[in-house]
Amino acid sequence: MPEPPSFDEAPLVLRAKAGDDTAFADLVKHYERRIFRLAKNITQNDEDAEDVLQESFMKSYENLDRFQGNSKFYTWLVRIAVNEALMKLRKRKSDKSVSLDEQLDTGEDTLVREIAVWDDDPEQKYSQDELRSILDNAVSSLEPIYSTVFQLRDVEEMSTEETAEALGISVPAVKSRLLRARLQLREKLTRFFQRKGDDVLAYL
Amino acid sequence: MLTCKDFLRELNEFLDPSSTDPSARQELEKHVNECPNCWVVVDTTKKTLKVFKGMQASEVPTRVKDRLMAALERKMAARKPGGCGETHASE
Ligand SMILES: [Zn+2]
Repeated sequence: MPEPPSFDEAPLVLRAKAGDDTAFADLVKHYERRIFRLAKNITQNDEDAEDVLQESFMKSYENLDRFQGNSKFYTWLVRIAVNEALMKLRKRKSDKSVSLDEQLDTGEDTLVREIAVWDDDPEQKYSQDELRSILDNAVSSLEPIYSTVFQLRDVEEMSTEETAEALGISVPAVKSRLLRARLQLREKLTRFFQRKGDDVLAYL
Repeated sequence: MLTCKDFLRELNEFLDPSSTDPSARQELEKHVNECPNCWVVVDTTKKTLKVFKGMQASEVPTRVKDRLMAALERKMAARKPGGCGETHASE
């Protein structure tokens, strides 16, 4: 179920900035699912994610005057949501410093433990609902520093630069995290998508 | 000679043809054609990307949406001239 590719936020953003609240409500309706998904990925807690969703749109409404339009509204909105979500995390784990910046990115192992050939169209073995729950579970089992990059780059198809800007991390961090996210997901999905009867080979 | 580890480090570049220079790419191609393990990793990573691409996020629960819109509407009403609630004096 891909997004309709034709959505152009710019006219709505202009109208919202000029004081048209209906336009702002349309932006909310368009982006609420994605912001909620992002908030769940970071907080890993539904209740916190609900608060983050609400705070993010409230803040973006309040600060709409300050949005300059140098980047996309959505990039700016993600940035706000990331900050709100990190604030929630800090409150929960008051002893730990929480951020999405580089120091949390540990290890440079390539994370391929086993390999097995997959079916040609592996997703067709499952109903839409089953597939969604397999994919959702796989992503939410990743650390937030990986799941956020993966959602923005590979699911929502934002560019590397936009992703870096939205998450407040460097371009090289986006690239290395994306690689690790992809390899971890590949590994997690193998159990569901591998071709029956083939051996799983140890690797590396 | 490229090792499997070297290859995996370049996997993203390999999957995005626009980002690799031709000679580096040739070496990567050579490895993947000769190494069944890396071939499988490439194939399954491509399939991973394909199943996720464009996947729409789940619907936000109605209760949560209603709470969000109610909060926003209160804020919007407060901004309007003659609306109840806060004034702009402090902004
Ligand atoms: Zn290899």
